[in-house]
Amino acid sequence: MTQYPSSAVLEPVAGQEKTLVLNMGPQHPSTHGVLRLVLEIDGETVVKVMPEIGFLHTGIEKTCEAKFYQQVVPLTDRIDYLCPMTNNLTYCLAVEKLLGLEIPPKAQWMRVLMNELTRINSHLVWLGTHAMDLGAMTVFLYCFREREDVLRLFEMVSGQRMMTSYFRIGGLALDPPLGFFERVKSFADRFLGNVDEYEGLLTGNPIFLMRVKGVAYLSKEDAISLGATGPTLRGSGVDIDLRRDAPYSSYEKFKFNVPVSDGGDVWARYVCRVQELRESIGIVQQALAGMPEGPTKADAPKVVLPDREKMKTQMEALIYHFKIITEGFTVPAGEVYQGVESPRGEMGYYIVSDGTAKPYRVHMRSPSFANMQVLPKMCEGRLIADVIAAIGSIDVVVGDIDR
Amino acid sequence: MALTPAITDLEQLKSHPAVARLLAWNASAVTEVKFDREELTVWIDKSLIREACAILRDSSDCPFDYLCDVTAVDWFPSQPRFEVVYHLLSLSKKERVRLKARLDNESPVVESVTSVWPSANYFEREVFDLFGIRFTGHPRLERLLMPDNWEGHPLRKDYPVEGYR
Repeated sequence: MTQYPSSAVLEPVAGQEKTLVLNMGPQHPSTHGVLRLVLEIDGETVVKVMPEIGFLHTGIEKTCEAKFYQQVVPLTDRIDYLCPMTNNLTYCLAVEKLLGLEIPPKAQWMRVLMNELTRINSHLVWLGTHAMDLGAMTVFLYCFREREDVLRLFEMVSGQRMMTSYFRIGGLALDPPLGFFERVKSFADRFLGNVDEYEGLLTGNPIFLMRVKGVAYLSKEDAISLGATGPTLRGSGVDIDLRRDAPYSSYEKFKFNVPVSDGGDVWARYVCRVQELRESIGIVQQALAGMPEGPTKADAPKVVLPDREKMKTQMEALIYHFKIITEGFTVPAGEVYQGVESPRGEMGYYIVSDGTAKPYRVHMRSPSFANMQVLPKMCEGRLIADVIAAIGSIDVVVGDIDR
Repeated sequence: MALTPAITDLEQLKSHPAVARLLAWNASAVTEVKFDREELTVWIDKSLIREACAILRDSSDCPFDYLCDVTAVDWFPSQPRFEVVYHLLSLSKKERVRLKARLDNESPVVESVTSVWPSANYFEREVFDLFGIRFTGHPRLERLLMPDNWEGHPLRKDYPVEGYR
């Protein structure tokens, strides 16, 4: 029970007649979904912020326990709908770790490639909406132009623009189609110019600078103790990126810098993310240049579905296909935690197996959930308009918070 | 990579910084260890979990200063029924460790670690909401994701997937 009943809009809190309570959300355009912030305000100054979450809770963790391992993959897309591939990747890596499954190099490199495109996609949505919240409409249109290109690439490989489910346990769903790499290359070649364009609109813009510099400050100590993650943590001067520090899916073979800024304000987080766009496209280009040849699925007939061709011509493949679809596959008992650097920070899947074909427990440690706790620290004592800037700067996705 | 058998022998795992620090502090607090799939799990006596977390956070050679995650597992109908799971990360040394505390069904209560890491606030509220495990010393132990008037704790194994009709 909150200390403010939901009907308490504009009701003063007893004993504090100076302040009043304001509901921001759950239907507020700048909360990017159904996030409700209960603000206690004194004039224009925010005294207290209480995030109320759970409006989008769908019980995905419970649903996972009733599904076969391979049936969970499409559920993971729906958690953080701006970076579906990162969710797929984290889940698949965790199950592969439980199984002790080796993934062929081409599948690993494709995963890196798609993962970085996902990061670009997610950061473009962030940049567009963040700038729009602060009054810069144009950037939104520019960002969504390039985002459309990325979504078309997703559609090419998986047939879906957003809920891709392209990574499967043991590799990829399909080989990338003919002409895919050329399309990615043409996108990668022009994208850096596009980033210059966005920066031309924002980075030197005095109105934007006044809205972001020194706003929503978060110190390094607070960022660590309150559990900030991803660009929010790096924007406060903590140098950690799981792609570099705990490499997965052959990230150790790629060269990239981890942008860190010790400003701790909205501006610092903006700089980190825009810099990450540039680093990501560098990784995409390295992946294109060194893409290995070979299969995209692991050689594990009991886990990976056989090719359509083999299934129709070989008895054994047909049996495996039938068994995987009807009974799933068993996973040796044990537990793993797999952390992956998603666009918003550390996304972790904790999976417990009891040796059956269904996961005993799947827990998602989602970065937006962790980042939500730093919001009151950023906003208290500042103006209402700064709350909008702060929400934008931690890049919340409500599906990711509530699961 | 084929799976290697899990190591559960405390003697072999003594050199890991987290185990070494915990043993130096209070050897009786560590009830069990396991090294499986490149991940270390340490079971801690449930009454000492907050102190163990504080010791690991302030460890000088490898400080586990970042709390990644708090969650729980329901082993219904076996006893002890619940396990509370803490994932710790060392930002400087990039080491990870998983701490666990076993709780029985009659009184699933454990001390809150919010005084060690304020970030545990939401994680513990979520565990309370979905498992019904109570954390003593938590500043605001209320439902987080489910509606305030919800009955039952959905992630318990005796709670039906489709809910009560």
